[in-house]
Amino acid sequence: MPTRRTFLKDSGRLTIAFCLLGALPAAAEAPAADDPRPGSLQDNPRLNAWLEVLADGRVRVLTGKLELGQGITTAVAQMAAEELNTPLRQVEVLLAETGRTPDERYTAGSASIEQSALSVRWAAAAARQQLVQLAANRLRVPAAQLVLADGTVRTADGRRQLTFAELLGGRQLTGEVPLDTRLKPKSEYQVVGQPRPRADIERMVRAEPVYVQDLRLPGMVHARVLHPPGPGARLQPGFDAEALRRAVPGVLQVVVDGSFVAVIADSEWAAIRAYDWAKPRLRWAAGPALPAGKPLAEVLRSLPAQTEEVARQGAVDGAPAAGEKTFRATYFKPYLMHGSIGPSCALALFDKDQLHLWTHSQGVYPLRASVAKLLGLPEDRVHAKGVPGAGCYGHNGADDVAAEAALLARALPGRPVRLQWMRDDEHRHEPYGSAMLFDLQARLDARGRLTHWHMELWSDTHSSRPAGQPDKLLPAQLLARPVAYQRNELSGGTSRNSEPLYQIPNLLIRTHSVQGPLRVSALRSLGAFGNVFALESGVDELAQLAGQDPYEFRLAHLTDERARAVIKEVRRLTQRVHPGPHEGLGLAFAQYKNKAAYLAVVARVYVEPEQRVPHVRQLWAAIDAGEVINPDGLRNQTEGGLIQAASWTLLEQVRFDEQQVRCHDWETYPIYRFDEAPRVEVSILNRPDQPPLGAGEAAQGPTAAAIASAVQRACGVRVRELPIRPEKLAPPITET
Amino acid sequence: MLLDALREQLHLTGTKKGCDHGQCGACTVHIDGQSALSCLTLAVMSEGRAITTIEGLARGEELHPVQEAFVKHDAFQCGYCTPGQIMAATALVQDRQQRSAAEIREAMSGNLCRCAAYANIIAAIQEAQRA
Ligand code: FES
Ligand code: FES
Repeated sequence: MPTRRTFLKDSGRLTIAFCLLGALPAAAEAPAADDPRPGSLQDNPRLNAWLEVLADGRVRVLTGKLELGQGITTAVAQMAAEELNTPLRQVEVLLAETGRTPDERYTAGSASIEQSALSVRWAAAAARQQLVQLAANRLRVPAAQLVLADGTVRTADGRRQLTFAELLGGRQLTGEVPLDTRLKPKSEYQVVGQPRPRADIERMVRAEPVYVQDLRLPGMVHARVLHPPGPGARLQPGFDAEALRRAVPGVLQVVVDGSFVAVIADSEWAAIRAYDWAKPRLRWAAGPALPAGKPLAEVLRSLPAQTEEVARQGAVDGAPAAGEKTFRATYFKPYLMHGSIGPSCALALFDKDQLHLWTHSQGVYPLRASVAKLLGLPEDRVHAKGVPGAGCYGHNGADDVAAEAALLARALPGRPVRLQWMRDDEHRHEPYGSAMLFDLQARLDARGRLTHWHMELWSDTHSSRPAGQPDKLLPAQLLARPVAYQRNELSGGTSRNSEPLYQIPNLLIRTHSVQGPLRVSALRSLGAFGNVFALESGVDELAQLAGQDPYEFRLAHLTDERARAVIKEVRRLTQRVHPGPHEGLGLAFAQYKNKAAYLAVVARVYVEPEQRVPHVRQLWAAIDAGEVINPDGLRNQTEGGLIQAASWTLLEQVRFDEQQVRCHDWETYPIYRFDEAPRVEVSILNRPDQPPLGAGEAAQGPTAAAIASAVQRACGVRVRELPIRPEKLAPPITET
Repeated sequence: MLLDALREQLHLTGTKKGCDHGQCGACTVHIDGQSALSCLTLAVMSEGRAITTIEGLARGEELHPVQEAFVKHDAFQCGYCTPGQIMAATALVQDRQQRSAAEIREAMSGNLCRCAAYANIIAAIQEAQRA
């Protein structure tokens, strides 16, 4: 049996011992309006929930968020280092782990910095005050005459000093982070706002074990799940598990529970061979037919829907007055894949009635609750530790694979079971980003001002995270005793960014929530990608209809100074750019969620005249994300977001036939490769006086609209249905 | 497959499993100095040949110039594709030819990055070939 100690040794960077304290006090009360502390801190106000001083004087920061490549580890460490005047290397970070770190629900929605990093800033500031006060008492010197830096508190003359460890004498900081905690003035910052430290980056280029996929535990066995080919398919009797055991040496167990089928083997290679052997030999009864062969837009429109009003102002009906122009258009975005480069993976160990999970889930606490319910265990019998995975871009297969690993660990107690999905599983069974359909009707007055904006949109939900319930976990419906799926009705994510920031007196926006044919959940920026594509494509078409410059048209309808500033900045960036033959420039803008980062983007697109293949040559973006904590991280995230969104816009679409999803690898679901990726340039407008704003998702929507508008200027065809494929760019038929 | 042998038997987990079908480049290693996809290479066929993985690139404390350039240009986000990118890039720059950005893009097109850190990876490779 593996012992705790060997776990520590073998799990690479995961050097923190288990600490099964059970749940921390849950997020009970609603945050108070007059409480200046960040929400996560209000939920978990104890100082030592966020920060611990180690025996050697180093500081450990605890965050309930997981590293997803968004740089949270660095950001929280920078905050603590800053407030405690300590070198960054003296700070270590512990990521999401049940019973250990604060419960911050999900790492999602670009809120890691807003919530977790700011909570750590407050906690570290409170720690500074407590440490100085302790020293003042010990040295009998007024606190104001003491200096805290580099793990010590000393008198101003430097004659007398005490280390943190001496001050605490083995105890921890206590109490809550007070409401009147004094934060270090930003003018004195040395660490925050600087690029991230080199040590972290070196781990990456040396490829030291970082990911859950790399974890190796003593006695570990390997598993593969044989998922049903399509939604609702049921396993038919007659599968010969014994034949599989005979055919593939190394198979330890074949698990069949209803339509949940898995193999456990003593090596990964044996598990893969067993998977390959079994796959063609399993017989499935197909589920209800998928609506293939019809335009998906029409399918969405025809489904039963629950309608909700998002915004209403003035009146959008009524006959147009003389000189007014009415504009109508329908836009569409297909199902998109997260498409993580590393297939989802989890480890699970059932040891003496205790289930341990190692997971790249975005929410270890909700996952614990969901898995506990799925397995019928009390919550305190489940321990989930967050370990980074490959970039996920939202809710992908992470929770599903963890639930499946848990089921398999229960079937083989005492052995750590490592389950990694095959590429085919990842492509076919992750929850996709929902397809969306938009009907826009807008009106311009005689002077070319927008007076009416009426948008009706159809979409499935954009959030099906497990959220503490078992039904959203992929295996839940496959088991012999299935858990019925409780569909989430409209999530806030559906209407995200559907409301224009532009000043338009008459406005109506309504969402029609439908249950589409495929399983869906949160994909980077949720509904904002589709909403901004439709909204900004519409605004661009309206500017053309009004005969106005796209910059001036937008600026004329915007009062928010920060919005105007990013648009002007991207204009400045591109003022010397002159499109060549068959090239066009397109502009788009959005403030993510209408309350996070502002971003304007210009795309330069070349449409090859013979085959009509569009190439995005360059993207320029201007972003205002408030106070910049880590400029490299912000730039990197924005550049990646721009290119990924360009890939979504030009190439991506989940296709299916009546039985199953047809995209099962990188050939059937192509994404941008090096040769297609555009050049990018990002200008950051730093606002040190403003709170930091989530920025990781800001580029998605504007990029799609900017590309569509650039395509239109390059070749005369406005594509309103993503993706922008060459066959949609046939030249408009002109009379000869 | 060589990929599984590296990861499971030799515990060299730097080489990544991405697709098992030669489509993503996450598993790139060097065989006799040439870049190769370990997910398509039979372990037995590699017998007697020199195999270098990402773990074998740095000389102790000292990073390989391509690794240095990746650090300098922040050429990744989640880092999962990074070992494969670095192995493909080191094989590319070893002939000391100066390639244009377009040629680098072409040569690297077998290595996917879903985080789309492409711009910085190209900058890193340009820097490394100058080194
Ligand atoms: S894992 Fe070998 S190319 Fe993808
Ligand atoms: S850095 Fe995440 S896939 Fe390349």
